[in-house]
Amino acid sequence: MAPNSIHWFRKGLRLHDNPALREAVRGAGTVRCVYFLDPWFAGSSNVGVNRWRFLLQCLEDLDASLRKLNSRLFVIRGQPANVFPRLFKEWKISRLTFEYDSEPFGKERDAAIKKLAMEAGVEVIVKISHTLYDLDKIIELNGGQPPLTYKRFQTLISRLDPPEMPVETLSDALMGGCVTPVSEDHGEKYGVPSLEELGFDTEGLPSAVWPGGETEALTRIERHLERKAWVANFERPRMNANSLLASPTGLSPYLRFGCLSCRLFYFKLTDLYRKVKKNSSPPLSLYGQLLWREFFYTAATNNPRFDKMEGNPICVRIPWDKNPEALAKWAEAKTGFPWIDAIMTQLRQEGWIHHLARHAVACFLTRGDLWISWEEGMKVFEELLLDADWSVNAGSWMWLSCSSFFQQFFHCYCPVGFGRRTDPNGDFIRRYLPVLRGFPAKYIYDPWNAPESVQAAAKCIIGVHYPKPMVHHAEASRLNIERMKQIYQQLSRYRGLGEEMNSGL
Amino acid sequence: MKRGRSVLNSKCPIFPYHEKPGKRHKPSFALSPPTDWGNLPYCIVLQIFQHLSLVDRARSSSVCRCWNDVFHMPDLWRRFEFELNQPATSYLRSTHPDLIQQIIKKHAQHLQYVSFKVDSSTESAEAACDILSQLVNCTIKTLGLISTARSSFMDVSQAHFVSALTVVFVNSKSLSSIKIDDTPVDDPSLKVLVANNSDTLKLLKMSSCPHVSPAGILCVADQCHGLRELALNYHLLSDELLLALSSEKHVHLEHLRIDVVSENPGQTHFHTIKRNSWEALVRHSPKVNIVMYFFLYEEEFGPFFCEETPVTHLYFGRAVSKEMLGRIGLNCPRLVELVVCANGLNPLDEELIRIAKRCKSLTAIGLGECEVTCSGFVEFVKTCGGRLTQLSIMEEVLIPDNRYNMEQIHSEVSKHLGRLWFPDMMPTW
Repeated sequence: MAPNSIHWFRKGLRLHDNPALREAVRGAGTVRCVYFLDPWFAGSSNVGVNRWRFLLQCLEDLDASLRKLNSRLFVIRGQPANVFPRLFKEWKISRLTFEYDSEPFGKERDAAIKKLAMEAGVEVIVKISHTLYDLDKIIELNGGQPPLTYKRFQTLISRLDPPEMPVETLSDALMGGCVTPVSEDHGEKYGVPSLEELGFDTEGLPSAVWPGGETEALTRIERHLERKAWVANFERPRMNANSLLASPTGLSPYLRFGCLSCRLFYFKLTDLYRKVKKNSSPPLSLYGQLLWREFFYTAATNNPRFDKMEGNPICVRIPWDKNPEALAKWAEAKTGFPWIDAIMTQLRQEGWIHHLARHAVACFLTRGDLWISWEEGMKVFEELLLDADWSVNAGSWMWLSCSSFFQQFFHCYCPVGFGRRTDPNGDFIRRYLPVLRGFPAKYIYDPWNAPESVQAAAKCIIGVHYPKPMVHHAEASRLNIERMKQIYQQLSRYRGLGEEMNSGL
Repeated sequence: MKRGRSVLNSKCPIFPYHEKPGKRHKPSFALSPPTDWGNLPYCIVLQIFQHLSLVDRARSSSVCRCWNDVFHMPDLWRRFEFELNQPATSYLRSTHPDLIQQIIKKHAQHLQYVSFKVDSSTESAEAACDILSQLVNCTIKTLGLISTARSSFMDVSQAHFVSALTVVFVNSKSLSSIKIDDTPVDDPSLKVLVANNSDTLKLLKMSSCPHVSPAGILCVADQCHGLRELALNYHLLSDELLLALSSEKHVHLEHLRIDVVSENPGQTHFHTIKRNSWEALVRHSPKVNIVMYFFLYEEEFGPFFCEETPVTHLYFGRAVSKEMLGRIGLNCPRLVELVVCANGLNPLDEELIRIAKRCKSLTAIGLGECEVTCSGFVEFVKTCGGRLTQLSIMEEVLIPDNRYNMEQIHSEVSKHLGRLWFPDMMPTW
């Protein structure tokens, strides 16, 4: 009797390179692809409108692609643990497939579902395709512990076999005799909801700068590779004012939701490099973006407290300040530092900011100026940033706040100077903070230093139309450098710069 | 706190430190059953307690009378760190108020190495001052007032702070090390410090104490001839101070830390220190470490390093100009460590190579947010050679050129350093 399959989409929202999905259809009589929208999750305040919209666009795209194969996506309201038993019975399921989720919460959830499935006599097939490698193998190779420096991670990677090749895209041929029973009222019961149905007010919502979905992802990767080939230079591109803006070749949100397979990206990069450079071995740095992602997934997979300071074995306990007012100013782009506020505005409006911009605002919030806990910053990014998933977001925040991974802390991004060096003309500021448009480049990064006449001419008085700076940066950074040194000098393994003799206490 | 193991000797007191009338313990080596933990010799319990955290010790003290006695033995109260935090402003816990009361009542006279760690609330800083005011019968040697977030001591009324601090100054008479950075300490309090502790004072850290004047710190240098380590802000530094620290009666100075902080561009004018004064200092204390932390705007560096300056450790917290780095190469022959947080978009090859050639003691360098060509960097490392023990370069700083790309740079540099080296990386996601 040919099995009836369910393929469970969580991430991996694509039909290309989806080995678990292929297992669902292999020799099966029927297949149904499901996605769960947990009602609690829909109302959760920690997922912003851009992330919801991106997800819904991904689901629409999946549904459209499945239609071409005479199938549909089944969007189900509810929690998997509650709903699966009913579905197993109703649809007479004997096979369940899904892509492996390496995050601790995901592993726990999946273990519970596997148990349910076993009890219902359902075969469970899980395949790795959200990461380049089997993360457990990396950990095993490192003696049972995840590598805690990026260099160590790269060394281990270079000893592994290369990632597995992407598998074929789901097609009519692959479907074979497998069908999807679709009812008349499928749209009502299992259709992809709209933003309005989820409770968002979409009036005046600007169109998405980052449209979700596998189709968009695959278009982008071709553009991305074209641009790289045209430049014929695989070196890290120099940072300039343009880099700050959303790029039509940017891929990180698509990797996060799995609209784009990281393995596909990896192999396409490799092929292109070999073609252009006529060289057989590409350097590891070519895959930088993918490897950082992999590094953080590996560091997090066995650590359920990876996103916390307390009780997290790899996180240094730093006496952060609790200051909800200051945190709100940072989150709402009201710090009085145009560079910081413009970045946070772009983040809230569009859902993506350049990685150096992330460093700037993360440093400002934590060890640079406000001395507020990285956990707070992480939560704001979780809400607003399209490509921030649990492992990568928490890991990056710990890194940038010098809470882990042995990062040297001497280097602090100046909220005035850094922006000025990146975009001397200040176009980025003017674009996202129109109230400051009238300021000349000389003063646009520190408008509080502009003479009153300049402020009046710009029709923007600092303290009235735009906030005064919320901290004195030189003072704050001096203080915080001392704080960091106090903490690190207590760790015997610290050997840093600016080290002084410290007799007495 | 940890102590080294000490050999158990036969002079180990079995009786409690303070004799209670009529109370006797039988020697527990002899006939006690092995499970009678309450009858261990006190010195053994003491040794064990010295390895426990405060929390575990406090819990153990509730187990039995013997352990409670040991908990209160003076040896365990020489060192204490008061942690004062409010739930509204800190994630960390506070030292329990009952414990604080016990310490003040029973152990004030035992305290020798004391620190106060306060969070950003004024309440915590005031609580620290209240405790200080009660340490009347103390013989404190080391005192540290540490703000772990904002400078909350500055929010306490100056009168309150000063009167609390001077209680310790007057009563200790043997203070050797004091850390009072970011506090409202003033000249009169320093006079009190000097009047009572001039023979014993060795270390004084008072960066960012805005109520102290150059005259105030000069008084300390004049009278405290044993002073070996001093940390202050540039506005307190004077030719007279350097000469006072170099007088015949004065011991060798080991460590001088100077913070140079600007308010807003162009608003602070920095005086210059005469070359003779620096020379006198180095003549008197040839091994002195002179550490300077700069938090200035680029245009404010004018008064610095125009002449030979014996600085050993330089930290630039904001951008520093190319020109300034050029001057450093010319005028800082004693330089051991250099950290540049930011410069700009013009390569610093020339300046770095000059520093490598002329600063022959340079062993540590950190570069961020600036640019150096790979060839220039290799030249720099070749010139310094293996003496560079700390080379912390952000990856973005290195600009590949036609001789070296990023892959080659790390092996080339590793070769010249004689060890495996990589630039510092930041996540790019």
